[in-house]
Amino acid sequence: MTSPNVRQWVSSNAWVWSYAGAFLVFVAMLPFTSGHGVIQTTQVALQFSTFYVMVGLGQMLVIALGNGNIDLSIPGVITLGGFVGLGAGGDGPWGAATAAGATLLVGISAGLVNAIPVRILRIPPMIATLSSGFVFQSVAIAYSRGASAAPPALLADVTTHRSAGVPDLTIIFVFLSVVVAFTLRCTKFGRTILALGQNARAAGLTGLRVGPTITFVYIISSTFAAFTGLLLAASVGGASLDMGQDYLLFSIAVVVLGGAAISGGRASTAGVWGAGLLLVLSVTLLNVIGVSVGVRFLVTGLIIVLVLGLANRRA
Amino acid sequence: MSLLNHTISQQALDAPAEAFVELAGVGKQFGAVRALSDVDLRITAGRMTSVLGHNGAGKSTLIRIIAGLVKPSAGRVRIAGDAEDKLSPRHALSLGIRCVFQELSLCDSLTVYENTRVLHPNLTGRRWRNRSRALIQQSLDTIFPGHDIDVNELVGRLSIGRRQMIEIARAFTVTDVPVRLVILDEPTSALDAKAANQLMQFTRRVRQEGCSCLFVSHRLREILDYTDDIVVMRDGRVTDTIVMGPNVSASILVEKMGAVHDEAPLQAGSPTRKADGRSVVDITGSNGSIPFRATKGEIVGLSGLAGQGQRELLLQVLSATQRLDSHCKVTGKAAYVAGDRQSEGLFPLWTVAENLSIGSLSKVCRLGVISLRRERTLAERWRAALSIRAPRVAYPIRLLSGGNQQKVLVARAFASEPDVVLFDDPMRGVDVNTKTELYGQVRRLADSGCTFLWYTTEIAELWNCDRVYILRNGRITEEIPRHALSEERVISASFERT
Repeated sequence: MTSPNVRQWVSSNAWVWSYAGAFLVFVAMLPFTSGHGVIQTTQVALQFSTFYVMVGLGQMLVIALGNGNIDLSIPGVITLGGFVGLGAGGDGPWGAATAAGATLLVGISAGLVNAIPVRILRIPPMIATLSSGFVFQSVAIAYSRGASAAPPALLADVTTHRSAGVPDLTIIFVFLSVVVAFTLRCTKFGRTILALGQNARAAGLTGLRVGPTITFVYIISSTFAAFTGLLLAASVGGASLDMGQDYLLFSIAVVVLGGAAISGGRASTAGVWGAGLLLVLSVTLLNVIGVSVGVRFLVTGLIIVLVLGLANRRA
Repeated sequence: MSLLNHTISQQALDAPAEAFVELAGVGKQFGAVRALSDVDLRITAGRMTSVLGHNGAGKSTLIRIIAGLVKPSAGRVRIAGDAEDKLSPRHALSLGIRCVFQELSLCDSLTVYENTRVLHPNLTGRRWRNRSRALIQQSLDTIFPGHDIDVNELVGRLSIGRRQMIEIARAFTVTDVPVRLVILDEPTSALDAKAANQLMQFTRRVRQEGCSCLFVSHRLREILDYTDDIVVMRDGRVTDTIVMGPNVSASILVEKMGAVHDEAPLQAGSPTRKADGRSVVDITGSNGSIPFRATKGEIVGLSGLAGQGQRELLLQVLSATQRLDSHCKVTGKAAYVAGDRQSEGLFPLWTVAENLSIGSLSKVCRLGVISLRRERTLAERWRAALSIRAPRVAYPIRLLSGGNQQKVLVARAFASEPDVVLFDDPMRGVDVNTKTELYGQVRRLADSGCTFLWYTTEIAELWNCDRVYILRNGRITEEIPRHALSEERVISASFERT
């Protein structure tokens, strides 16, 4: 039924699968919600998937570098970003700005801490970032002593406000996603990332600036994670020590479900959104049906394995 | 000379009858490339057979067939009198065939004795470590008396010379099957003079016990001093079989390796003298290496046997454009064209345009942003200039033929408007038409002032060059100007006489 052209287009635009999946789950959910519930559910799904996208964009760039690059320090950076950001913020008129500045600093330093062992000491990224993530988490514990400051009013507003029914955060991050997609396609930096992921030796021999690019990508990933921490903490009224936990698996899941190559060299910004929606809607659906937490985790895991299995078979 | 040839060939026919390995009409085809055709070869028990030839003569394919690594596409292989249609490395091993390859086959993360165990799966049981240690220790002591290798050391921590000694000693260890034939592929190139001498002496002893050797070396002295039979190869054929005698000299061997060439070498345009131009690449001579110099608009060939440091020289020049190198001065920008396009050149997920423009993105950028329109224009221009056969520039690169992929890589280098182009044997495995087209492009670009450093494994390609340097053991050993260039001269310089 499908013409070869469509098939070819789908195979090179694997992100459509995540949207197809999200749509299916959405339809499956309709019978369980009554009339107005649909809009509410969609709004909540958008809100939550925005947080997945925030970390997903950074993780996507790291994974696109290929050669085993991955950022497993994201949960630690989220926690640290949340605590330090809110701690620096306070109630003053510049509260939100200082919070953002402090979060940015956390992001940049965390990125450097990740990049140095990966690049200079040549420690496999998986181990380097996992252990540095542990360090960030410990620093967050020491810094917070278990207590979190309240978010600045402006920040709390931004995280909960909706314009024309769409959460402000979603609008901001759709815009940022477009910027990331444009960077990948139309800047030397973006092309270098994708070239590295496809063939690192060729990238080096072509004269691309390999080292600085890797460092910068880790900084971007950590910065996205730190801001996720700040915004997440602001949206729920305070940071907590386990707020980053879920994001280790989900940051990778949205990248891979979104059609990016786990081996690097191919990234899909649109796919990250589709995958984020798919994951959030699945969890919502399971909540609506009323299954236990254990089953929810089980099904989430199954979805990831299933989609990855299908994606690999096509490739 | 013809009389001498005749007597030598006559002697070869009268060689002793007992052959351990016998090849009859063996051929091997890799895709469109014929690596071996109609090879007859006898390796007699207790004798050393040397295989001699320049790059692409078919030496490695021949060795790999006997080792069971490559299946011949034609002909018969008989080992110890039995026909072997499906020779595998395991099976060859069980017949007593052992290999010492130039690219060593030891595992870096294992100790010396553990590496020995890899070759002998029957070393089992509680005491296999001690038995394995004793086995390799004894072999090392016999072949290289006075060596200082600790068999408990990790192989990765040992120098390349010691690894080569272990590789050799391991090939001569025996548990169940006696060693009948040892293939020695350039075994002495990584050894110091003392160890090399010990090895060659040892091969005399094992031959007395009935073990045969198949020997490949670029040192003609070793071949002349230790070999019993010499097989000369050229273009995938055995062109001569010589039984060692007092009449055989290095000059005769060199002559035989290049004697049958009579086709006109491919070339485009006639080279122009530019030796007086501005110097673009300058490498000071050191450690037995003569100084290297390339001037503006010159095409400089790098030749010699494969893997003698030509690639390293190119990479040195490339890195000298990025960071300061006191021995190597390069003026301007360099662009590298890989010969191994899969692992060093292509970005397989990208289109032709993206693959082409990656070397010159700053040329299609405006305010740091790549203009997709300009990128397409650049790609279209080079697609036309090198007649790259792709339906459009937004076509996936992996769907192109090998020759056209190679053209894209050449276009990538040319489009960056470099001062020096580094060719790492890029025409390897490329069809004749593409080659001829690219030769013309190279000459045109050189005429407009671009310098080429061209490493090639095909002697015929050197006729496109203005000057040729020969490398041996990582050193530049000879410079041949265009007017003195001849195939014999290149072959003679590639092999070591003393």
